[in-house]
Amino acid sequence: MSVALPASRAEQARVRRGSGDRVFRLLVAFCAGFVLLSLGAVAALMLTGGLPALRNFGFAFLYRSVWDPVRQDFGAFVPIYGTLVTSLIAMLIAVPISFGIALFLSEVAPSWLRAPVAAAIELLAGIPSIIYGMWGLFVFVPFMADWVEPWIDDNLGAIPFLGALFRGPPLGIGMLTAGIILGVMVIPFISSVMRDVFALVPPTLRESAFGLGATRWEVVRGVVLPYTRTAVVGGIFLGLGRALGETMAVTFVLGNAHEFAISLLKPGNSIAAAIANEFTEADSDMYRSSLVALGFVLFVVTFIVLALAKLMLIRLARREGT
Amino acid sequence: MTSMRSHGRARWRRVKNVFALGLGGVATVIGLGFLAWILVVTLVNGLSALNLALFTQMTPPPGAEGGLLNAIFGSAIMILVAMLLGAPIGILAGTHLAEYGRSGAIAEVIRFINDILLSAPSIVIGLFVYQLVVRPTGHFSGWAGAASLGFILLPVLVRTTDETMRLLPITLREAALALGAPQWRVIVQVLYPAARTGLLTGLLLGLARISGETAPLLFTALNNQYFTADLSQPMANIPVVIFQFALSPYDAWHALAWAGALLMTLFVLVVSVGARIALRRRVG
Repeated sequence: MSVALPASRAEQARVRRGSGDRVFRLLVAFCAGFVLLSLGAVAALMLTGGLPALRNFGFAFLYRSVWDPVRQDFGAFVPIYGTLVTSLIAMLIAVPISFGIALFLSEVAPSWLRAPVAAAIELLAGIPSIIYGMWGLFVFVPFMADWVEPWIDDNLGAIPFLGALFRGPPLGIGMLTAGIILGVMVIPFISSVMRDVFALVPPTLRESAFGLGATRWEVVRGVVLPYTRTAVVGGIFLGLGRALGETMAVTFVLGNAHEFAISLLKPGNSIAAAIANEFTEADSDMYRSSLVALGFVLFVVTFIVLALAKLMLIRLARREGT
Repeated sequence: MTSMRSHGRARWRRVKNVFALGLGGVATVIGLGFLAWILVVTLVNGLSALNLALFTQMTPPPGAEGGLLNAIFGSAIMILVAMLLGAPIGILAGTHLAEYGRSGAIAEVIRFINDILLSAPSIVIGLFVYQLVVRPTGHFSGWAGAASLGFILLPVLVRTTDETMRLLPITLREAALALGAPQWRVIVQVLYPAARTGLLTGLLLGLARISGETAPLLFTALNNQYFTADLSQPMANIPVVIFQFALSPYDAWHALAWAGALLMTLFVLVVSVGARIALRRRVG
């Protein structure tokens, strides 16, 4: 018993010295509790704020596509659909590019190039989202309207069934443009997680594979990816959580439409964009409550996605013992 | 025959390897290309809108010329108040996690919750502060704006403080405790100074994060066409001015939005690069 743990030593010191320690301990515990409580408070206040709308429209709030402020009739289908579709497009773009960047940085790039390229990619995460929005509105929307969307309309619009997604006027604004911008925004989040977890693969595993004559790509396919699979999915979910809740980058380019459109080229909406566009103009309690209820839906969905991401990332960390 | 086939197979594997790694390079170029595209557009449009009036005049009425003085001032005040509100709570909460709850179950739950707060949509935080502050007080205000930024800052500091302080060697604590110092003095007088670059990094990262936030300010601080230092009034700020002016049909407002965008981006990037340098010094 001669080896005293720091905690128990601290315990003794606290007993001996009395109040100073007790006050400080209470203070830091209170602040930690504040963090814990604030998430609960967010959930509770969003729920109470959205309750009048949820009670009035019932479960149908989630799947009706009416949005009529004049007649006080609200259904959230169009924004929910838009959030899911833009985030899906974002993932289709961001996941392969992020994986490519992580692959490049961990396997291809010479060591002098790694740090600057990684820092530059992380800068993408540092650019405020409203800058993405402005760039999207003034530069990327015209680019899409002039160059990309006419081609999509001509070539992909003729595909049976799926073609309906790609037929429409080349306005530039719409879910496709918003999804691409979202994809660019979440690239740094996903690629940095992938790069970090790729670095956790034990060198002996990699070197054994190289020793058997595997190429670099085969090592990544056969050793690195299987070893880091859950954490890679966790990183993707982290990016998805970001994409679902992103506001300013998409508000400018979605078009704030409340009519349901199957085409990705037509104006759409998202939960976050609808709230940003309409909340300060909402002139009745039911209107405001419907928007808060939308926010509550967004909160619940992102909470689930982020919690899953965290759990998947913890699994690899546990195995590493860090 | 077999040797020829295995030779062909080896070649196919090499081709696949080069192809896959090459695609990785292409992906990196695409990522860097978007970065350059966005930065160049912001720089070119912002520089052409830059002039002295930005810092001496107020935001103009529709169609007129003006500056961003009230918005710059409002942003600075709200960010400052947010730091004063959020930083102490965040650092103390992080201290709790690192020093008192190192492996406890509650500490793990708090870390989990904190990481979710860190990535939670900022527009939800804005709505939350609207419900918490704006509705009870009955009007938009600078206080509400600062509170929403403070809530966004909080998890950044909890995390950086926790991570920094956990890296400090246990011998540091033991030495100070053995000299008879109570634990709170060990933390305040030994551990905080030892962790100061890490804490500074956290503060800079948090500052960069909240400086560019727009969504939470839309329903809290709103905007104000006039100069005010009164935090109980709606307050002009750079992000919301950019939001409103960029969507307007007026060229003069567009120019101001670009100028604001450039100032904001430069500030955020300089601060985050500063944070990175501070971090590197800690590691090195």
